[in-house]
Amino acid sequence: MNSDDEYSDEDHGDSYRLANSPSSYMTCVESDEDTCTEIDLPERPKRPIEIDEFAYTVLTADQIVQHQRNIIDEVNNVLHLSPQVTRIILNHYKWDKETLFERYFESSPQEFFHRAHVVNPFATPSKHSLKSSATTTTTGKPREQLCGICYCPCEELKGLACGHAFCAACWKQYLANKTCSEGLAHSITCPAADCDILVDDVSFVRLADDAEVTARYQQLITNTFVECNSLMRWCPAPSCTHAIKVSYCEPRAVRCSCGHEFCFGCGENWHEPVSCSWLKRWLKKNNEDSETSNWIAQHTKECPKCNVTIEKDGGCNHMVCKNPSCRYDFCWVCLGSWEPHGSSWYSCNRYDEEEGKQARQAQERYRSSMARYLHYYNRYMNHMLSMRMEHKLYANVQAKMTDMQENMSWIEVQFLKEAVDVLCQCRATLMYSYVFAFYLRNNNQKIIFEDNQRDMEMATEKISECLEREITVQNLYEVKQKVLDLSHYCRKRRTVLLVHVREGYEKDWWDFIE
Amino acid sequence: MSSMSPSERRLHKELMSLIKEPPPGVTVDTESVQQNLSEWKINIKGFEGTLYEGEDFQLLFKFNNKYPFDSPEVTFIGTNIPVHPHVYSNGHICLSILTEDWSPALSVQSVCLSIASMLSSCREKKRPPDNTLYVKTCNKNPKKTKWWYHDDSV
Repeated sequence: MNSDDEYSDEDHGDSYRLANSPSSYMTCVESDEDTCTEIDLPERPKRPIEIDEFAYTVLTADQIVQHQRNIIDEVNNVLHLSPQVTRIILNHYKWDKETLFERYFESSPQEFFHRAHVVNPFATPSKHSLKSSATTTTTGKPREQLCGICYCPCEELKGLACGHAFCAACWKQYLANKTCSEGLAHSITCPAADCDILVDDVSFVRLADDAEVTARYQQLITNTFVECNSLMRWCPAPSCTHAIKVSYCEPRAVRCSCGHEFCFGCGENWHEPVSCSWLKRWLKKNNEDSETSNWIAQHTKECPKCNVTIEKDGGCNHMVCKNPSCRYDFCWVCLGSWEPHGSSWYSCNRYDEEEGKQARQAQERYRSSMARYLHYYNRYMNHMLSMRMEHKLYANVQAKMTDMQENMSWIEVQFLKEAVDVLCQCRATLMYSYVFAFYLRNNNQKIIFEDNQRDMEMATEKISECLEREITVQNLYEVKQKVLDLSHYCRKRRTVLLVHVREGYEKDWWDFIE
Repeated sequence: MSSMSPSERRLHKELMSLIKEPPPGVTVDTESVQQNLSEWKINIKGFEGTLYEGEDFQLLFKFNNKYPFDSPEVTFIGTNIPVHPHVYSNGHICLSILTEDWSPALSVQSVCLSIASMLSSCREKKRPPDNTLYVKTCNKNPKKTKWWYHDDSV
């Protein structure tokens, strides 16, 4: 492992490295500490909770494309198919090689390829001779055929392995329309009615015959690849085109090479100690008063499987989740699986009871918990606003650091910027700690948590005040010591709070209010 | 004919063949088409031996300049909207080939035949269960509705 590539965050102990060459980014970073033999001392049972490494890599768009090729090659070492066919099959199995191999070895080739919507490459080619709606002249001259789309006679018709053929102009327009207007890439089928054979990437480039359309297609393919892949996530920062790749999916802090730190599990800003699902509920709840959110509450539900927010805008109650990695079939009314509804879809009798009960309960809950909610909300918002102010502090601190450099070296004044870093980190943790506390049922551990929270809050306020008011060039060395002490203490309080919460998650202390 | 766009050329050819060899029970209102090639009115008859025997319906097809790459907008119009579990009282039709299963290799004729067969296979005349809400809230263009197709048996 190249130590230049490794970064580590002291508080979480999270480590990652940036990929510098395509050949290196596939390797997983394992903590050096994991490989050491270490005897766990009984008095330090918290150790595994405190220091646990999470390995990930940041990939550029090109590296993602290369990564796809690598997976295709790996699969082809076994299947020996053309890369474009393997790509379609991999995409069908959401780039999960294990499932793909399992299906490959347990089903007949015919069934396997049929399911992935490709023509069986091992079938006898005679079956797939051109079957266009062509009318051929029997004069022996170049055969003129009718294209099934524009209904015009054409000299040459092109197509996929399924044998349906159309003229070059129609193909071009068909693919441009699918890609640029409808935003489809992997799911484009042969234009023939009832033919579900997919257009592979090599055929696409050949038939689309347009650099712009092909570029858009490539973009869409990469997008689906990342979105379908549970081990990858786009960096949510605006205009950042990097993706994060992990070796196992977990809600953990990752930092993109653009500098944005976020949660791998949900894509939100890093939100420890609260979990992704509770944060999502919190954010939804916060917006409940606005018009938009009233609308969201009335018109949307979450997919019962993947929790994506879904809007129903008419039609029937059979919902198919549009999330490419989910596609769950469920009933809008009862949110149960669609299967048992069968053909009597409109007599889903669970409707009145459930919906009515839920609505009543929601209303009661809303009223009785308003005051409680406001308590937590005000503190959450307060830390959020303070955190925004703290970002202004960076500018002030920068100015002071320049002043100080008359008496101290550049390296000696870095403590100030680092103190603001600590302050911002603490604000974020405090902010999310109120979300965590809001959903937490009272018990003894919650009391300990709240004590930790109070201590951390006090420490944070102290350092905030100190950084804002007490820094002057006159008392430099005195101030430096004070700032160092305060930031050290803040960091410590933060670790104590987080370690306690992590331990609680591990030991099942936390009881959440539904 | 050379001044026509590819979309108009194809519509023209479809029209000719529909007038020349119409499928049973389907007739084009040629007067409407002569005024405007992008809006066709088509009459279809309820087939004998089905619940719609003896009834006459009218379909309105609207084509945009991307036809046949974009599907046509198809609705029932006029005074007699068939009472059918997939047809809303405002004439909107829940039929997958009209939106996501549309293929440029389909045609006006194949859409008419699909609708005729949808009517023929119906065993109980009734409106879709969410008809009232849908008709009140939907977009005028049925293609703007995200349909969830559920049942091919009727």
